[in-house]
Amino acid sequence: MAGGCAALLFDGLRLTQADSYRIAAVDLATFLVQCLNAVQYGLLLFLVASGLTLIFGIMGVINLAHGSFYMIGAYLAFALAPYFGDWFVTQLIVGVLLAAAFGYLLEWAFFSFLYQREHLQQVLMTYALILVFEEVRSLLVGNDVHGVQAPPWLAGGFRLGELMSYPWYRVFASVACVVVAIGLYWVVNRTRLGMMIRAGASNRDMARGLGLNIRLLYRIVFAGGVALAALAGMIAAPLSSVYPGMGGSVLIICFVVVVIGGIGSITGALIASLLVGVVDTFGKVFFAEYSGVGVYLLMAVILVWRPEGLMKRAY
Amino acid sequence: MPFHTFTIKTPLAAAALALCALGAHAQASAPIKVGFMLPYTGTYASLGNMIESGFKLYVQEQGGKLGGREIQYFKVDDESEPSKATDNVNKLIKRDNVDVLVGTVHSGVALAMAKAAKDNSTLLIIPNAGADAITGPMCAANIVRSSFSNWQPAYAMGKVAAEKGAKKAITITWNYAAGAESVKGFAEAFEKGGGKVVKDLNLPFPGVEFQALLTEIAAQKPDVVYAFFAGGGAVKFVKDYAAAGLNKTIPLYGPGFLTDGTLEAQGAAAQGMLTTLHYADNLDTARNNAFRKSFALTYKANADVYAVQGYDAAQILGAGLTAVKGDMSKRDALTAAMHKVTVDSPRGKFTISPAGNPVQDIYLREAKGNNNEYRAVAIKALADPARGCKL
Repeated sequence: MAGGCAALLFDGLRLTQADSYRIAAVDLATFLVQCLNAVQYGLLLFLVASGLTLIFGIMGVINLAHGSFYMIGAYLAFALAPYFGDWFVTQLIVGVLLAAAFGYLLEWAFFSFLYQREHLQQVLMTYALILVFEEVRSLLVGNDVHGVQAPPWLAGGFRLGELMSYPWYRVFASVACVVVAIGLYWVVNRTRLGMMIRAGASNRDMARGLGLNIRLLYRIVFAGGVALAALAGMIAAPLSSVYPGMGGSVLIICFVVVVIGGIGSITGALIASLLVGVVDTFGKVFFAEYSGVGVYLLMAVILVWRPEGLMKRAY
Repeated sequence: MPFHTFTIKTPLAAAALALCALGAHAQASAPIKVGFMLPYTGTYASLGNMIESGFKLYVQEQGGKLGGREIQYFKVDDESEPSKATDNVNKLIKRDNVDVLVGTVHSGVALAMAKAAKDNSTLLIIPNAGADAITGPMCAANIVRSSFSNWQPAYAMGKVAAEKGAKKAITITWNYAAGAESVKGFAEAFEKGGGKVVKDLNLPFPGVEFQALLTEIAAQKPDVVYAFFAGGGAVKFVKDYAAAGLNKTIPLYGPGFLTDGTLEAQGAAAQGMLTTLHYADNLDTARNNAFRKSFALTYKANADVYAVQGYDAAQILGAGLTAVKGDMSKRDALTAAMHKVTVDSPRGKFTISPAGNPVQDIYLREAKGNNNEYRAVAIKALADPARGCKL
């Protein structure tokens, strides 16, 4: 359905004879593999975007530095890998805890001053943070590209079609993203903490009036958002390697996901991520020349249809 | 009273005279101003530093002088940012009044520099940026390149692929000028050799989500794949290609940028890969060994292809200045000499084409450990066709 949607989106663009042949030439097996690619990419996107939608939607802060947290996560994976080796899951947990602590400190030092400010000031400060993080990275690790090894027990892959194999690590990444998605949904909708977060998001003053410690709550949400971005970076590192400026491209696509999904909605972010994954994947296959446009076209169409995004705030 | 003034005036006048003399003297042997416009921050920062180090190494080996003139350096960080290129290049041309511009890595920035150099008729030596247009439609007598054109290594790889008996190729690159030029060069030689490029895959720069395109490659089953990527994209593409198991059945070829400076990060995925470039890490010639030793002693780091290109930029300038004995005012003789030089480069001897691009051997290299090792000469003395150049 989403694939058909993507094809429809491109109907207005030049569709040559060659294009139609190309579409016909894709057999079912390849189509299924491409669907797998789309879902896998979408899930990874969700992992980064969920942190952004939490911070943006609940705290109302435009956080341009979110891509930097993703980058920090990837470099954490690079730095921690030699110490943990086989213990990849332990490494992820340690990394997430470090990132959460870092987020907690950042909120206390910088972001807590931003809630009452205008968006412009938020943009300025978080942009400054990007520059600071990039410079610190350059000083600490240098500007070279580094590879990160996938843990040995996830090396290799399984056969898929005649020539291709699919790496186990990609499967692991998808599963990890699904687990996080379910966990996040459960925390926000089924726990006391989640209830307080929703209360704080819908009416900050009233929630405070009822005796909630909003400051602490926000600090926790922010730390959680940073931890999610860092976790995404750590999981992506063996797939993407780590390199300067890697946060930038992720940031833009994450904002697209958040806006499509509806600001602050976890479910919306999940649907939007998968949609973006599908449009991006099939766009590259069928409409290579315009593949850069596809995702933004999708965003435009959805915003015309539903200006608030697919899901209104779930709370 | 008059006596008094006289005593004061005399030393003053003497001092003024002395200053004048000094000034005149300074003008006669004033240093040549060389302006580096290179990336000193961002993704290409290490390339910029390597180029500068290579350039300065040659000048230092000549006793700090080229053509008998001292060299004075000016620096501007171009940030690999085409939108700031015109402002940046004008800082060197208008503010610092440099005699020679050296730069840069990014092709978009280099095109803006070439335009400014043409407008102000400032000498420009390009130590990396490979845009074909610079020594094509944009060519000028005062612009020389010490590196390569995108067409060169690509054309050589196309020839190698066809000679290996491949009939059906797929190319893949970012949707931008350098990628398009490279892919075109490959297709030109490959189709001349009897092969056919059945599909050009591309994705927006600098996207690194390749999985969809790899699936497409697997579905089309070509004999070879030719890829143009650099930096982080090159690392990820080569790793993804291997992870998808495609490297076992479909060889992956590319220009040297696919594996240069990235082998450590690519690890096992890149081992055995064949690429083409005008330099290889272990060229075992006396010239290259001497250069690498001198570089290592001076900078405590290993030279790379960018250092070579910087070093040769200085050699080309040196040849021009020697021909006119350091007299920058003899412009025509200077630029003519810069085009006539045979550069004794660490990469091997090369000459300069009328359009200002090196006429050089392109090597076939194989990735082994962290080195791109020399295997063979893919094409001897390959000249860029310089399409659109009216020199």
